[in-house]
Amino acid sequence: MIDKKDVEYSADLAHLKLSEEEKELYTEQIAKIFDYVEKLNELDTEDVVPTAYTVPMKNVMREDKVEESLDREKSLANAPDKKEGQFRVPKIMSE
Amino acid sequence: MNLYDLTIHELKDKLNKGETTVAEIRKAFADRIAAVEDKVKSYLTLTDDLAAKNAAKYEEKKDELLAGIPIAIKDNISTEAIKTSCASKVLENYKPPFNSTVVDKLDAAGALIIGKTNMDEFAMGSSTENSAFFNTNNPWNLNHAPGGSSGGSAAAVAAGECAAALGSDTGGSIRQPASYCGVVGLKLTYGMVSRYGLVAFASSLDQIGPITKDVEDCAIMTNVITGYDEKDSTSVADKAEDYRKYLKEDVSGMKIGIPEEYFNLDFDQEVKDSVLAAVKELEKAGAEVETVHITDAAYALAAYYIIGPAEASSNLARYDGVRYGLRSEEADDVRSMFFNTRSEGFGDEVKRRIVIGTYALSSGYYDAYYLKAQKVRTLIKDDFDRIFNDFDLIVTPTAPTTAIELGTKSDPLEMYYTDIFTVPINIAGVPAMSIPCGFDSNNMPIGLQLIGPHFGEGKIIQAAYTLEKILDLKDKRAEL
Amino acid sequence: MSTKYETVIGLEVHVQLSTKSKIFCGCSTEFGKAPNINTCPVCLGLPGSLPVLNKKVVDYAMLAGMALSCDIAEYSKFDRKNYFYPDLAKAYQISQFDLPIAENGNIEIETDNGIFNIGVTRVHLEEDAGKLVHEGSIDKSEASLVDYNRSGVPLIEIVSEPDIRTPAQAKAYLTELKLILEYLEISDCNMEEGSLRCDANVSLRPEGQKEFGTKAELKNMNSFSAVEKGLEYEVKRQQKLLDEGQVVVQETRTWDEDLNKTISMRGKEEAHDYRYFPDPDLLPLEINQSWKKEIRERLPELPREKYKRFISEFSLPAYDAGVITGNREMAEFFETVLKDYNDPKNISNWMMGEFLRLLNENNEGPYDSGVSPENLSKMLKMIDEDVISGKIAKKVFEIMYESGKDPEKIVEEEGLKQISDEDELESLVDQIIAANPDAVEDIKNGKDRAIGFLVGQIMKETRGKANPGLVNQMLRDKLMD
Repeated sequence: MIDKKDVEYSADLAHLKLSEEEKELYTEQIAKIFDYVEKLNELDTEDVVPTAYTVPMKNVMREDKVEESLDREKSLANAPDKKEGQFRVPKIMSE
Repeated sequence: MNLYDLTIHELKDKLNKGETTVAEIRKAFADRIAAVEDKVKSYLTLTDDLAAKNAAKYEEKKDELLAGIPIAIKDNISTEAIKTSCASKVLENYKPPFNSTVVDKLDAAGALIIGKTNMDEFAMGSSTENSAFFNTNNPWNLNHAPGGSSGGSAAAVAAGECAAALGSDTGGSIRQPASYCGVVGLKLTYGMVSRYGLVAFASSLDQIGPITKDVEDCAIMTNVITGYDEKDSTSVADKAEDYRKYLKEDVSGMKIGIPEEYFNLDFDQEVKDSVLAAVKELEKAGAEVETVHITDAAYALAAYYIIGPAEASSNLARYDGVRYGLRSEEADDVRSMFFNTRSEGFGDEVKRRIVIGTYALSSGYYDAYYLKAQKVRTLIKDDFDRIFNDFDLIVTPTAPTTAIELGTKSDPLEMYYTDIFTVPINIAGVPAMSIPCGFDSNNMPIGLQLIGPHFGEGKIIQAAYTLEKILDLKDKRAEL
Repeated sequence: MSTKYETVIGLEVHVQLSTKSKIFCGCSTEFGKAPNINTCPVCLGLPGSLPVLNKKVVDYAMLAGMALSCDIAEYSKFDRKNYFYPDLAKAYQISQFDLPIAENGNIEIETDNGIFNIGVTRVHLEEDAGKLVHEGSIDKSEASLVDYNRSGVPLIEIVSEPDIRTPAQAKAYLTELKLILEYLEISDCNMEEGSLRCDANVSLRPEGQKEFGTKAELKNMNSFSAVEKGLEYEVKRQQKLLDEGQVVVQETRTWDEDLNKTISMRGKEEAHDYRYFPDPDLLPLEINQSWKKEIRERLPELPREKYKRFISEFSLPAYDAGVITGNREMAEFFETVLKDYNDPKNISNWMMGEFLRLLNENNEGPYDSGVSPENLSKMLKMIDEDVISGKIAKKVFEIMYESGKDPEKIVEEEGLKQISDEDELESLVDQIIAANPDAVEDIKNGKDRAIGFLVGQIMKETRGKANPGLVNQMLRDKLMD
């Protein structure tokens, strides 16, 4: 059964900061959803091949050909912070 | 009828006969939006400049399918230099530097793209109440939801704020709002419409499709948006057809399956009666109707609530504040930038699904949830394939009820249940259409779902066209 | 008496493939462009963009797999590896998890202590991330800048079995791997530019013990010598800990070239739960026999085979064979010369001597120089036929290297032809005898060495052109009877 620890762990992996109330609420709601999902175990899937792809195609590839890149102006147009043609982010390490 | 009430083919007809002009059409829709948008609130962004651009090219493009026709687009479909927010704060000011393939196709077909429509944030929801910005109201009753997640598109079509619209459908997001708003909505076979430029929610389920006032318009829009795209690896080649050839009143000999397990579910009696009455009409018109047995839809819904969030948790990881979109003010270092940006940028439902999906994929749970769901997916797909060996189409209701009242469903699981009839179709990757089949006692539209085999869009359109003629509801408009 | 430990090393090598365009988009892979010039919606991870696989990348990976004696997968797929880092545009890396393109191979290596077979666990495909530049140093900087030119450049990751027992073996493994990839011409393998990168897993275990000890993962070794030094340091560090009765902690450590030691990255890592799942945007690969056959036909003779053949077929010393086959172009050049000139050892002497010296000086490959295989064989024949002396040949070779001219033409233009005509040399020999009475006296007294002095004088006078054998004979005829 999914508990608050699982929610905290998953939120952390997903880089979401949840408030205490959110944690409590999500735990309760998600537990209910997984309870419903348990239904899947009523089906025997022992020898079933999983469907990872919706279309039954394979080997979809392109030739090794260089195509025009985006203008750098456009690449950077939405950047929250930029400098010298690069995306700028705050420092990597925290104390 | 007013110009804004007309369908694509009616408007084209008038243009061709010289009974109206593009300028008149543009004005009619602009006036309509000005008159009713306050009540309906379909649009996040109006794109007059874009519409004007193609209007100016009308003469050179007048033979194209959508020349001079005002079309609205769901806000998760990328439009170059025009805000594409997915109704999320995290992309509130994001302007893509490129067009999605469908937008290029609409543009080539001469369409006047008049606006970007409201939706549930990142297409996660069934009522458009998960928009980070505002609710959209159902044109048939403003206290009701338009459905979702393509609620803005469906409401805009129903309210005459555009001639037709594009939506996207991951678990019913085109069909369910089409049903709630009394319009026609088609989710195509997975791979028929390029996903390039569609902001991904669940990549293996997402598919763009049309929302229109009638079946003929649906065929026209389908003609425009389908076709192979080398930019989308999952795009299918050589399957697109001229769907207008299926616009004929003929269901004789067509075998239609009625899945007992779906009709045995607990849902609104008026909906059930209306759908079954429509089925009777099809039978009278010559279709062979039989009961069929199918895997309980509850399994598809359970599988959907693993597969959708799992893919979403990965697809939505890129909203990290580095390259585009929101960056939190609280960003002392990269880690706090990531956490704060995502926590401030995403709404409640999105966060919940990301947590669900992350958990389902996390170490130790993958086999129990994700792999299991994918195996169940195989069973559901095989089940549909088995039925379509003997049947042309399957008919179900589109949604268990008519449009819900705004603000009445706060429990996620209860909300998810509104997708019970639509979700299995995405899981199987087959096409399905919602068309209006009646009204309940509160004068809210009821939708009927026609499901076809892979690449069976033609059959769906033919049956839908026939039913539309029989029921004669297509000129009924919401009064605003 | 302290316990004896056995070192266990496994290497993970990332190699950039030298395709023209990136793995999932049409952006150029060209190195050294201004930041973010080679970017598009796909490699920037813009919402709605989708990847499309570059076929050449798959061909190259298959080629690598075959060269490493791997089994090539019949069915392979791409998976998403999910983690957050500013250089990772989609916050997931498209990689391969459980069905890599190739598995179960090996590399034969040779060190001073013998020949070893190192297992190759797998070869898989993935995309590279962008590049982060810190404003100031990583610890003190207030901000970093991200350049996504490298984002989406194709990589193969080659994972070895934990079969490596010494840092020297690790270096030999890397050297051989690099050479194989160079022979395949699928990568620049330039560690400085980052087109070849190496991480290592290192652990110690008491000799005779089967179970592995706790490993440390070593990163940031940016040259072959850094790999060797880093591993040596790490082995010593772990040995010391174990000798002192302490435990090795499982962690990532980074090699600091300046401090000459490995440093713990503990606490600076994220949890390693990558949530791999099949990428629904990319379809699976099914590799049939005809595709495999097509690629197998492109496989060249590999360095190790060539090395062995050069020894057995041409009777070259192992050292010579190693040097010549240590570069694909050199080996090819060698065999081309051999077509016209059948003295392998003489060719190898010239190639390893003068030729390699000039190539190294100019930082060039054999085909960049003016020397063609045809002209080299022509020159070697001229030496054998006494047209030029070995000494003059060095001069001819230098001119040939610079100008690309035919050696016969050089000899003619520069007047370097050997004087082998007795009549022509007669008066000069007499002059030298007359001018050096002391040496003549020595010779007459039986001091043979003095002949050499006189030969040298004559060579000097003729600027090296006189046939030294002939001059020697003439002096003997005149002075000793």
